[in-house]
Amino acid sequence: MHPAFSVIFFTVASGAGFGLFSLLFIADFFKLGGGFSQDQLVAGGIIALALVVFGLLASTFHLANPKNAWRAFSRFRTSWLAREGVFAVVFMPLALIYLGSIMFEAPQWLRVGSGFLAAVMAWVTVFSTGMIYACLKTIRQWNTPLVPANYLALGYASGSLLLLLGAVLAGLDTTPYIAMSALIVSIAAVLKAIYYFWIRSPGLSPTINTATGLTRAQVKLLDTGHTHGTFLTQEFGFQIARQRASLLKAVVFVLGFALPGLMLMWVFNQQGGQTAAIIAALAGLGGAAVERWLFFAEARHVVNLYHGAQRC
Amino acid sequence: MRLGLVVDLDVCVGCHACAIACKEWNASGTIGPLTDYQPYGAEPSGVWFNRIRSYEMDEYPNNKTINFPMSCMHCESAECVTVCPTGASYKRPEDGIVLIDQDKCMGCNYCSWACPYGARELDRSSGTMKKCTLCVDRIYDQELPVEERQPACVLVCPAHARMFGDFDDPDSAVSRTVRERSGFSLMPELNYNPTNQYLPPRSKPVIPVETKPKGGLKESIKQFANRLVRR
Repeated sequence: MHPAFSVIFFTVASGAGFGLFSLLFIADFFKLGGGFSQDQLVAGGIIALALVVFGLLASTFHLANPKNAWRAFSRFRTSWLAREGVFAVVFMPLALIYLGSIMFEAPQWLRVGSGFLAAVMAWVTVFSTGMIYACLKTIRQWNTPLVPANYLALGYASGSLLLLLGAVLAGLDTTPYIAMSALIVSIAAVLKAIYYFWIRSPGLSPTINTATGLTRAQVKLLDTGHTHGTFLTQEFGFQIARQRASLLKAVVFVLGFALPGLMLMWVFNQQGGQTAAIIAALAGLGGAAVERWLFFAEARHVVNLYHGAQRC
Repeated sequence: MRLGLVVDLDVCVGCHACAIACKEWNASGTIGPLTDYQPYGAEPSGVWFNRIRSYEMDEYPNNKTINFPMSCMHCESAECVTVCPTGASYKRPEDGIVLIDQDKCMGCNYCSWACPYGARELDRSSGTMKKCTLCVDRIYDQELPVEERQPACVLVCPAHARMFGDFDDPDSAVSRTVRERSGFSLMPELNYNPTNQYLPPRSKPVIPVETKPKGGLKESIKQFANRLVRR
């Protein structure tokens, strides 16, 4: 699949934003490390919302006809893309009520209730983003429950690293934030490792024989029938060399998981302080971006069988 | 009704006439135009509803070239319709034709990801997705003579490799042909239940060919002389 920059930016930014917002609510509810002040909570919430809004805006850049984007909420009952849009839109007012009830010192039930519902909607939205890809039977590398799991784990991992940065800047006791980040980043690393192991040989998949129905002998492509590229080759023809993919997988693990882990230790030992927390947050986001690029680059759509691939 | 096409892989000669006729009719049809990019330039490309590829089956001397036209299969379980967030893609309940409402499409490409057959192509000039309409603006046209109320690709085919009809009617020509010739659908393991069916190429007896010239003194002298002359 062609890795579209706008979709990569959207999924990474909104994933981090939704993750940050949910974890911010947890940090507020349990007063982790002494608890953020009102202003700090609002500032963190606005940063999370900004990430979500910029992500959603970026996602409209990959539309060829964005003037009809408002219609994308209409097929909630069947389409995961419509569901994602609806959940994201339901999340917004809940998140604003939560931030408003912090600012204006509303009763506790409103603050906790809206915060909890917003956190749930954030989770559901990121799950829907993953399901957009996971529900496609045409792409074997995506058609697995590991995909929404990875989207959630990486979104929350980058969100937790951003939250840790906030805790360091706010001068809170960082221990609970370090523990939370370490746990979520490890889960994300393990899930990603399982995914990379799994897609090396993703089981039964269509072949050029079942695609053409000519199953009695081997089949090979003689002519694609087009002079230059088509929409199909531009959208689905992208291929990444195996060696380059392995290299990028190493980058994902070093940048996205190992480096933040190391920085967590530095923050814990009071060595790096703010610098280490900033490096951890940026590395987490960078690793997630590389992971997302690779997620698209490694996906092989079955239409490639008609263009000569023996199996997908 | 469940309208669709039957393509006979045994007789298709790969002349691309169906693709040209399709483009000609649909360029001014309900979801036209089918934009071309750089038609006379270095990298000609464009939107087509019907594409013909050629494959080779088996090894010499049992090999056979198979020309393979593909357009929208108008699937029973059309995932392209399921995933569409705007409701632009729809399947007509009355005849099973899958269409795209050009006024609703936002060009997100998601339906083309869901289609295993590569039937959907984005038109960059209008920003909307386009696909085979089964010539919906032809097959119901009361102004046309009855025998012309068929998709353009079927009418034009010089080898009669294409048939159009109702698969819900067990006595229709398409249903009978598919039954008699063991018609099959493409990539059935994905469970899209495509309506369009393909007829398999017939197995023909292998014609024995002489692969090596006979040896002997006379033959080697002849070959030697040939080599000299060629130089």
